Amino acid sequence: MQTEMATPEVRTGQRPPVIDCDIHAEVPTVEALFPYLPPYWVEHITHTRFKGPIDTYYPPQSPVAARPGSLPPQGPAGSSLELLRAQVLDPLNVEVGILVCTYAIDSLHNPDAAVALARAVNDWLAEEWLAKEPRLRASIVVPCQIPQLAAQEIDRVAQHPGFVQVLLPARSYFPYGNRIYQPLWEAIARHDLVAAIHFGGAPGTPPTPSGWPSYYFEEYAGMAQVFASQLTSIVCEGVFDLFPTVKVVLLESGVTWLPPHLWRFDKEWRNLRRLVPWLKQPPSAYVRQHVRLTVQPLDAPADPQALLAVLAQLGAEEMLLYASDYPHEHGVDPETVLFPALPEALAQKIRTENARALYRRL
Amino acid sequence: MVVTQTQPRPPRARTRPPIIDCDLHNELDSIKDLYPYLSQRWRDHIETYGVRPFAGSYYPRFWPNRADARPPSGRQSGSEVGFTRQHYLDPYNVAYAILIPLTPVGRQPNQALDAALATAVNDWQVAEWLDQDPRLRASIVVPFEDPPRAVAEIERRAADKRFVQVEFTGRPQEPMGRRKYWPIYEACARHGLHVVSHAFGSYGQPVTGCGWPSYYLEEHIGPAQAMQANIISLIAEGVFDHFPIKVVSVENGFGWLPSLMWRLDRSWRLLRSEVPHLKRPPSEYIREHVYLTTQPMEEPPDPRHFLTLLEQYGDMVDHILFASDYPHWDADEPDTALPARVPEAIRRGILFENARRLYNLP
Repeated sequence: MQTEMATPEVRTGQRPPVIDCDIHAEVPTVEALFPYLPPYWVEHITHTRFKGPIDTYYPPQSPVAARPGSLPPQGPAGSSLELLRAQVLDPLNVEVGILVCTYAIDSLHNPDAAVALARAVNDWLAEEWLAKEPRLRASIVVPCQIPQLAAQEIDRVAQHPGFVQVLLPARSYFPYGNRIYQPLWEAIARHDLVAAIHFGGAPGTPPTPSGWPSYYFEEYAGMAQVFASQLTSIVCEGVFDLFPTVKVVLLESGVTWLPPHLWRFDKEWRNLRRLVPWLKQPPSAYVRQHVRLTVQPLDAPADPQALLAVLAQLGAEEMLLYASDYPHEHGVDPETVLFPALPEALAQKIRTENARALYRRL
Repeated sequence: MVVTQTQPRPPRARTRPPIIDCDLHNELDSIKDLYPYLSQRWRDHIETYGVRPFAGSYYPRFWPNRADARPPSGRQSGSEVGFTRQHYLDPYNVAYAILIPLTPVGRQPNQALDAALATAVNDWQVAEWLDQDPRLRASIVVPFEDPPRAVAEIERRAADKRFVQVEFTGRPQEPMGRRKYWPIYEACARHGLHVVSHAFGSYGQPVTGCGWPSYYLEEHIGPAQAMQANIISLIAEGVFDHFPIKVVSVENGFGWLPSLMWRLDRSWRLLRSEVPHLKRPPSEYIREHVYLTTQPMEEPPDPRHFLTLLEQYGDMVDHILFASDYPHWDADEPDTALPARVPEAIRRGILFENARRLYNLP
């Protein structure tokens, strides 16, 4: 794996510069990973016509997966660096953009395949994206279903300065606070990485507490509940007490569900804190210190005053980060919907300052 | 004037305004309480094979039911109508209370047993609760995983107008909107019954969309997420397009609803081609069909944020109903549950008028 990055150069644009914390890089086909796979897996995949982990949680041609105009001549939306430059990095004046590759490594039950493909994806990200574009950083893809092997992959990839966080799909087989994940959290802390929990995940279990819904619309709107459950678990199990330097960023989670969740969480903690005596402060305090969220998508009332009231309920100017979520489309552009309603200082924090404070490896 | 000896009444009863409690629990001291209402065949079965417990027994809790609510007989808190009357209904001036029994019904893989238990629970409710106090109303307990038998039970009870709704647990085997359950909703619509979903209880699925959490604290926060999945499903499947029913969410909190409505409307604008049968934005279905009870009351640290929440409810503030959850450990105290700053008209609505209207009480 190449560990050098392309030379940075200064670019300017019309918009104020942003740090974009959620840009998607799509593996076009499993064959694109062949240069990064050992011969055994190249042969195996070729002979078996295995298509790679294809349990996608993005319907391929819907706006959620591909905003209008984002499809390259070949391959899926999000697979072209040229289009990314033309549609995001240049026009949105992206100072730094962090790649997220949601290749469904977590759906693979064969652990050897999961490890091999995770390694291949990370090497592919380093070669095909980071080495070619100095504004980009990336998230480490891991076989999170096998935490000790995920930790080994983190140890391997963290040597590359372009990787700034570890990607964890929101839907997991166990919630991430569970102590089976301890090796994963240790590795994240060891390398000063951020734990990035992202929309989706393909553990094979249902996405709701009442089983499988019929429509993607339900999974999409319901993912906020899964994020809430992950936060509950991570705080309750004392991850932030064991690893006080660790930060968690929620990508594509929405924002406005969080204040009411914290009210309930604090209240239940006051009643039941004897069950989790290692917690030193109310759950909301842990979340405000350790958790960040991107403003894409933004589920909020249209009225700017009502929007400000929601942000006041959240009560933490340090918590929000800018993200385009390219090439996904959620029907909200922070520059037109959010920022005009905000004091300029807060907008500036969301555009760049909060991300700079969060990502120590930037 | 002749002084007659009357029952001593708690001094404050007359000074308290009347309330309607939408979540009063009538408890079984043990399954044996149902034996008078079960055939010998099922009594023998239960003695030999037992019943699966109300789900949620996987966690050692911190609290049992309220100790002060335990009758002098030593039976389970909430298991004797006489003591519930003396300890709660009279002193708090409860004008009406809706019974929601939490029983093993809905959880029995043996569906004939599930149906027999449901019938027994309802017979028990009539004889030992409804016939004993005119202020009580009740929820029809049905084997909802077996809709034909559930409908038969609804038909058996519908003429008794003291039954006002049909009860689901928090996590049925499938999301509540799925077609499997439609015959139940059809029967509810036919008889003017509401549908109530009470927190907790599951067919065996975890309380999150990402696996089993470790602590009762997490299980106790989860219903807020589970109910959102059920509401999303009821809307997405078109239940409210077909049946003019009201759905009452109990013990799931209510702070999350505005955010859910914003999220659903945005998601629907993006993905409406997948659910073309939906005629209106999801929030409109919620405004017409969904009611929520207060306990556990939302407690934002800044009381102004509670008022913001009421503003976010807007016209829908009359869909919020008071519930105590008596005699459970986390029951809300009617006098102090609502924050002091809540305007008087809204307070009276929540404590009395909204439920009176919904349940058409005199």
